[in-house]
Amino acid sequence: MHSKPDKASWGLTLGAIGGLLFLHFPMFVIFLYSFTTDEATYSFPLPGFTTKWFGVAMGRQDLWDALMLSLQVASVATLAALVLGTLAAAAVYRSDFFGRDAISFLLVLPIALPGIVTGIALRSAIGSMEIPFSFWTIIIGHATFCVVVVYNNVLARFRRMSGTQIEASMDLGANSFQTFRYVVLPNIGTALLAGGMLAFALSFDEVIVTTFTAGQQSTLPIWIFSQLVRPRDRPVTNVVATIVILITFLPIFFAQKISAESSETEGGSK
Amino acid sequence: MTHPAIRFEKVSRHFGDIKAVDAVDLEIKDGEFFSMLGPSGSGKTTCLRMIAGFDRPTAGSIFLYGQEVSTLPPFERDVNTVFQDYALFPHMNVGANVAYGLMIKGVAKEERKKRVDEMLDLVQLRGFADRKPSQLSGGQRQRVALARALINHPKVLLLDEPLGALDLKLRQQMQIELKSIQQRVGITFIFVTHDQEEALTMSDRIAVFNQGKIEQIGTPSDVYERPATSFVAGFVGTSNLIHGASAKRITGEEGTYSVRPEKIRLAYAADSFSPKMIYANGTVRDVIYLGLYTRYLVEIEGGDTLVIIEQNLRSTSMDVLKLRGQSVRLSWEKDHMTKVGG
Repeated sequence: MHSKPDKASWGLTLGAIGGLLFLHFPMFVIFLYSFTTDEATYSFPLPGFTTKWFGVAMGRQDLWDALMLSLQVASVATLAALVLGTLAAAAVYRSDFFGRDAISFLLVLPIALPGIVTGIALRSAIGSMEIPFSFWTIIIGHATFCVVVVYNNVLARFRRMSGTQIEASMDLGANSFQTFRYVVLPNIGTALLAGGMLAFALSFDEVIVTTFTAGQQSTLPIWIFSQLVRPRDRPVTNVVATIVILITFLPIFFAQKISAESSETEGGSK
Repeated sequence: MTHPAIRFEKVSRHFGDIKAVDAVDLEIKDGEFFSMLGPSGSGKTTCLRMIAGFDRPTAGSIFLYGQEVSTLPPFERDVNTVFQDYALFPHMNVGANVAYGLMIKGVAKEERKKRVDEMLDLVQLRGFADRKPSQLSGGQRQRVALARALINHPKVLLLDEPLGALDLKLRQQMQIELKSIQQRVGITFIFVTHDQEEALTMSDRIAVFNQGKIEQIGTPSDVYERPATSFVAGFVGTSNLIHGASAKRITGEEGTYSVRPEKIRLAYAADSFSPKMIYANGTVRDVIYLGLYTRYLVEIEGGDTLVIIEQNLRSTSMDVLKLRGQSVRLSWEKDHMTKVGG
């Protein structure tokens, strides 16, 4: 009442700046040290400025393999999550059966469960079935939590969608496939996009579950992890970290933007 | 011989032990404005959903112009629905909403556009094709829903309480408009409502539903003036039911009789006797002055209390309030009293 609403007190401003610094200062350090000329230690100020590590990173085949593997795993896991998550959400939304809430809870559980528990459970399950650890076991591991993200997003959208829209579409002559294509999909489209991007980002930087479900392959996060233990060209790791930050930043940024936009426009139209 | 638009043959829909619709027989004529009237849970909406194909009868058959449709999915029936919540597609503009049925049928784009414009004209929404449903008022959405259903020239149009969400003034305006649109397009309309005034205003015939069964089918005046059962008498308008000792005293016969409050006249002294009239003596128990008219509660000999409505043509509140506690003689025409079953 006393102060203008558009001007925050300087204490609050300081707090906000402090919070942001606390969250993002470490990333800035990583960014900074990808340009250092000192290859062994983090010394400050930088002894010199160079961009040669970007070139070195480009030339490292083990890094490229890890990056490609990570992208493939994240893509396939996201795709699987989109299909399974949507189907699960549709089933839970449309039908009313005994134990529906329990199933909904079980579907969401993997994301709350510590990764180490999911990892060790998957390791023993996959091991006991004598399935060799491979690309596909990594995807199975990632799908457990990627499905949840898609499921949650799509279910929330279904709940906001008026159920009679599907009936109206059928009434106007559309069969189930046409109804899905012209009515259901556009309604849940942004939810799929947002859920899919989150799932991709989650999968892309997953370490714990991957450690338990991978065979000889190393995904990008695992590769970075191994670089910490056996450092060779330390600044290369920083270069990679900088690139990962950028790759992860974009989908999360757009996912947030889409969610925010669709929550503004919907609801008024019911 | 032409077939009726819709025919129900012993149609039932049971949900477990609940008989939502119980062995209903029904015929709706071609080109008719037919209302299904009843309280919620009476089975009227279930009947509509079975005609549309969203629900299937557990027993019996439904015929659409002679063809059995009981088990056909909604998209294979030549029937369209206007939903209670309109069910417009929020991601499409008004034009695309209206054109949806034509798009599914694969009608060419120019033809679609032409017919959408015709339909928007019919519902007085010319120039609204590019708006989104969220930019429309309730009444306008209602019209879009109507245009979207009518553009397919269905054999029968189903309307599920479409006016329920509108305010009173708009509702009354839409009642008149719906009726005139129906007369222009000549399509059979089946209108579900729990509002008796709405049903009386628009319908050619009304079916009154109660507990999964039809209590009476008839024209609005049939249903209003000659209710077949005490349920109909009570649900359609207000009605006085006279039974037991009172009935015996007045008519000399046992049974239940119904007479509408506005048909009864109030006299303070015995006037001339007519054989066409029925007379009853009573005492005024209460007088409620309502400006345009006055409502009296009169206890007649035999114990029943009747409601009487009289317009305040010459009387003022002072005059009518004096009647409280007075002895009066009531009279009404024999034709205005019906014997009701149940």
